[in-house]
Amino acid sequence: MKKKLGRGVAIVGAGMSNFGAFPGKATRDLFVEAFSDMIASVDKGLDPNDIEALYIGNYSSDLFEGQGHTAPFMADWTGLTPRPATRIEDACASSGVALRQGIIAIASGLYDVVLVGGIEKMTDLPTSEVTDTLATASDVLYEIPAGFTFPGFYAAMATAYMDRYGATPESFMRVGLKNHENGALNEKAQYGATIRQVMDSKIAKAKAKGRPEPTWADEMEFMHDDRANPIIAWPMRLFDCSPISDGAAALLLVSEDIAKSFSADPLFVIGTGQASDVALHDRQDLTTLRAAKLAGEQAYEMAGLKPEDIKAAEVHDCFTIAEVIATEDLGFFPPGKGYEAAEEGLTRRNGPKPINTSGGLKSKGHPVGASGAGQVVEIWKQAHGSAGERQAAHDVNLGLTHNVGGTGQTCAVHIFERR
Amino acid sequence: MNNKDFTSASFQEYLKQKKLMGVRCQSCGTLFLPPRPMCNHCFGEDLIWEELSGEGELTAFTTIHIAPTAMIEAGYGRDNPYCSGIVKLKDGVSISAQILGVDVDHPENIKIGCKLEVEFLERQVGDDNQAFLAFQTVD
Ligand SMILES: [Zn+2]
Repeated sequence: MKKKLGRGVAIVGAGMSNFGAFPGKATRDLFVEAFSDMIASVDKGLDPNDIEALYIGNYSSDLFEGQGHTAPFMADWTGLTPRPATRIEDACASSGVALRQGIIAIASGLYDVVLVGGIEKMTDLPTSEVTDTLATASDVLYEIPAGFTFPGFYAAMATAYMDRYGATPESFMRVGLKNHENGALNEKAQYGATIRQVMDSKIAKAKAKGRPEPTWADEMEFMHDDRANPIIAWPMRLFDCSPISDGAAALLLVSEDIAKSFSADPLFVIGTGQASDVALHDRQDLTTLRAAKLAGEQAYEMAGLKPEDIKAAEVHDCFTIAEVIATEDLGFFPPGKGYEAAEEGLTRRNGPKPINTSGGLKSKGHPVGASGAGQVVEIWKQAHGSAGERQAAHDVNLGLTHNVGGTGQTCAVHIFERR
Repeated sequence: MNNKDFTSASFQEYLKQKKLMGVRCQSCGTLFLPPRPMCNHCFGEDLIWEELSGEGELTAFTTIHIAPTAMIEAGYGRDNPYCSGIVKLKDGVSISAQILGVDVDHPENIKIGCKLEVEFLERQVGDDNQAFLAFQTVD
C-alpha cells in the first residue's frame, strides 16, 4: 500500500554553521550558530517560543567530545527548555533520520512547529582515534578485527565496482574534482578551494620555503601524486575522502497549513524514505546500497515522482565512490553508468543533473551527525535561487537529499518541492 | 558435537582452536557466518555448529595505509600497509578478513576472484592473546 504522511509538512527555515575545524567550540556553540542562521532564513520571522520539540541528529558526541545526553544542551543553549529534546543516532545518517522523525512528529498531529538539528565535533581527537570512533559504526565484532576502516569499506566497494563495470581510480578522482569546484563557491565549506587552487597554494608554499616547486602538468597528475594525494585505502586517496569536521545545521519544520505564515516560499516535504541493511560482507551485491535504493523508491512513490523529475540532489559522498553508487541507487543513471555520467560532466552544476552543488561532504566537510541536515540547507538555497555563484543553471523546484549511515546499513532519502 | 552458545565469544574460542565455525539452522537449512542465536529466515532456534571448508575467493578488497589504532599496534600503517577484504566461501557464506599473500604495494595487481584459504592469526591485544581470521592466497 502506498504510504503517505498523516498531514503535510514544510520546511520554512534552514541554516548551518561554517563547517571546518573550530578548536574551543563545542557542539552547543556550533548549534547556536546554525540556529541563528536558520532564524535569519525565515523570511516572515520566527518567535522561537513557537517551537514545540527538538530532534537532534548526532553520531558520537560521547566519544568525540566526552559528552553524552547532548540533546537537552541544544535545547538549553537555544532557550528552548523545557521542550522535549531527543537525540537520534544512525551513524552518518543521524540528522537525515532526525529530519524524518521531525516530519513524522508533525504529520502525526502532535506538534505544529519542530526544530530539527544535526551536530558533530570531530576535530578534538587525533586522526587515529577519529578513525576508531567512526569504525564503531560498523560491525565491531566481525568487521573491525579484519582491519577495516571506513575509507577501507568504501574502497572495497570501489574494487568490486571497478571489477564489474570497468571504472578506474581516475573515474573517482573526477568526482572529487567536481565537488571541489562547487565547494570553492561555498563560503561555509571547510575545503572551499578547487584542486587547481590547492595545487597553486602548494607551489607557492614550496617557493616561499625555497624548496623545489612541484611540476604537475594538470589536476589529474596532481591527483596521482602519492605525496600530494596519498593513498588512504586503495583506490581511495586523500582527495577521495571527506574530511574530519566540526559543524551544525538547523531546520525549521511546520505543518503545511501554517507554512505560509512563516515563509512566502516554503519547501514542502513531498517524499520521505528510510531503510536498513546487513553488514557489508553479508550483501549479495557490493556495488549498490540496497537501503539507499529502497529509501529512494519509498520517497519517489510518496512524491509521485520519477528520478528524472529531480532537478538537483545532495547525495552522501563520504567517499567519491559513494557518490557514483548514489547516483545509480537513486535511479539518475543505470547501474554501472554513474561513473561515466560523472566523467561526461552530467552531474556538474550546469549539467542536466547537478549533484552536490554545495561541494558535497568532500569539499564542504562532513561533521557526520550534521551532514544530513546540512544537505537540506543546500536544497533550500537552490530552491530559492539563493546559492549565489554555485546556483544550478536551471530552476530547482524539486530537490532530493540522500543521507547514508555507516556502510549503507542506514539510508534516509527526502524529496522537497517549492510550489 | 558441542553445546556452545551461538555468540561471538564462542566463535573466538573456535578461532583459537584454528577452526572456522558457522551455524546451521536445522529447520530451514540456512548456514550463517558469523554465528547468531536465531535464524533470521524462519526464526527457528534449533541451530548447530558446523565447521566450514575454509576455501573461498576474494570478492572485494582494499589496501589500508591509514590504519586504526589496533592495526598500528600490530605494526601496520603508512609504511607498512595491509590488505583487508571480503571472502566468499565455497560453503556459500561471506566474511570480512585480513588477506595475506597479496602484493600490497601493487594493489592494481590484486585480483578479485582469486582463490584463498583460511589462516588463523594470533595477536596480543592488551594482556590478551586473541585469534584473528585471515585468508591466504593459494597458487
Ligand atoms: Zn531457519
